[in-house]
Amino acid sequence: MSEELVLKTLDLTKHYGGVRALEGANFQLKKGEHVAIMGDNGAGKSTFVRQITGVEQRTRGTIIFDGKEVEFKGPIEARESGIETVFQTLALADHLDVPDNLFLGREKTKWNWLGPFRLLDYKAMRKDTMAALEKTGVKIPNIHNTIEKMSGGQRQCVAIARTASFHSKLTIMDEPTAALGVQETVQVENIIRQLKDQGEPLILVSHNMRQVFDLVDRIVVFRRGQICANLDIKSGDYTGEDVVAYITGAKTGTEYEDAALLI
Amino acid sequence: MSDTSQGTGGLTFDKTKRSWPSEMNVLLALIIIIVIFETLGQILPYMNDQSFLFDTRDRFDSIFNEARLKIIILQVSIIGIIALGVSQVIITAGIDLSSGPLVAATAMIAMSFGQTELVNGYTNPKALFGTWAMDLPVVIPIIIGLSFGAFIGVINGTFIAHFRIPPFIATLGMFLICRGIALWWSSGNPISFPTEQYKAIGDGMMPVVWFLSLAVIFHVIMRYTVYGKHTYAIGSNEEAARMSGINVKRHKIMVYMIAAMLAAFAGVVLSAKASTAQAGMGEFYELFAIAMAVIGGISLTGGRGSIIGTVLGAMVLGVIRSGFTYIKLDGSYQLMAMGAIIIAAVILDQYRQRNKA
Repeated sequence: MSEELVLKTLDLTKHYGGVRALEGANFQLKKGEHVAIMGDNGAGKSTFVRQITGVEQRTRGTIIFDGKEVEFKGPIEARESGIETVFQTLALADHLDVPDNLFLGREKTKWNWLGPFRLLDYKAMRKDTMAALEKTGVKIPNIHNTIEKMSGGQRQCVAIARTASFHSKLTIMDEPTAALGVQETVQVENIIRQLKDQGEPLILVSHNMRQVFDLVDRIVVFRRGQICANLDIKSGDYTGEDVVAYITGAKTGTEYEDAALLI
Repeated sequence: MSDTSQGTGGLTFDKTKRSWPSEMNVLLALIIIIVIFETLGQILPYMNDQSFLFDTRDRFDSIFNEARLKIIILQVSIIGIIALGVSQVIITAGIDLSSGPLVAATAMIAMSFGQTELVNGYTNPKALFGTWAMDLPVVIPIIIGLSFGAFIGVINGTFIAHFRIPPFIATLGMFLICRGIALWWSSGNPISFPTEQYKAIGDGMMPVVWFLSLAVIFHVIMRYTVYGKHTYAIGSNEEAARMSGINVKRHKIMVYMIAAMLAAFAGVVLSAKASTAQAGMGEFYELFAIAMAVIGGISLTGGRGSIIGTVLGAMVLGVIRSGFTYIKLDGSYQLMAMGAIIIAAVILDQYRQRNKA
């Protein structure tokens, strides 16, 4: 059973001084599975994501990724081992153009013996950028425009195209459509469906109930730093109202009622 | 999968829609300033129809007043070398105030290993060390000078990147430390009588050669290498750079190190040109270097600007300095005008940025 899991956390906890942002989170994700994380503001969703991606160091707990216990010192290591993340605050450099941003931190280069002064392979990066945008159906008028000249939706699309264009073992998106218009939301959701078709697992942090029910297999609800529900929505046993009840605390459940089975 | 692009349109790519590079504005400003001086030369009664840039008295083979052109670029070359490094620092949204005193400290240190043993048959009156440090091959003072610069730069970078001290404060501290080192090195005495090889580094138009070749090298580095791309990325959005897997701390240390090494090299060239090193050298150089970068369109908030812009910014300062001498206004007016132009450059830059969005 356990080799089917992409990600598993045990007792994952993060305290900021006296603030218990995340408390004993046990979470798991199977290969090819798409899971949504929901919860109120400050419920610990983003904190949870930041511990997994190595942006912050956890207070305690274990993270098992791809069958191995991992200890990411930073997002670099997390990415190198195959976790791609679209952050809530877009991790884009405003003054750079689309290919630069798509390949930021993993540029295609030539003459690698020059070390830090190795040459950028602009041509190859432009070609791959066009291919990636074409593949994800993202429409950007001119890829040589700098990000600062783009709309919020275009920026988000670039950020997501970046994630989707590199094959990863796990993709994490933190509220990818929060600031988007209808058309752009459709584009993003298409990218997510594509990931599903390709069998790439995804953690989606979202507030959008319709979107979540459309896209994912399972919802994990956070409340006050703890996981309070794990709902298999493909079973059809749950409605949006159930989820809202868990989010607001009107209804309380244990994390992973079938946890014993899964572990 | 095949239907994903439906309704969302394809990708259009219009090569002609490249934006107007900001360097063009600087070039335009440079031309306007030259035209103003040229016009003033024609209309001011005491100028006797002299030309600012053109050869009106057939002193040279070309149509230009070559002597003036040479002076314009020569007098900004050494500060220009510093500005190449400061530009990179400012592109990361930092600042380096330590470069002026670093010029002095490096000049002192490097030249103390580049002295001749005998001056006109007598022992060197300004000798700092014994004969073991005399008549060394010129690479030794250069290596020592650059190593000292690299050392100072790494300290700057480490304080800024690892201890999170604001660049202004860290390099302000280093500003005083370097001036102190320059005074302490020879107890305030000038160091003079370098070897012929050492003098050759700053001889004649050599500072211009160094400035322009370093400008070309760093233009290529900033535009076409991973180092350059990461420098822009850090200045543009440091958080994004970190999340993208760039080792921001190490990169910043490298940027400050390269900037300090360029300032150190400027110190070697300056002392070679002057054939002497004095602790008071390089006064205000750090500020003029920053001014060149800012006039050249490098934004103090980071992420924007280019080496070409800095070179043009250096030319603007050079033309103004030379132009004021040409219309026979003294140094006090030059300083006021330069100050006004720096402020104007920043205002224009902000105006441009606001209109972009």
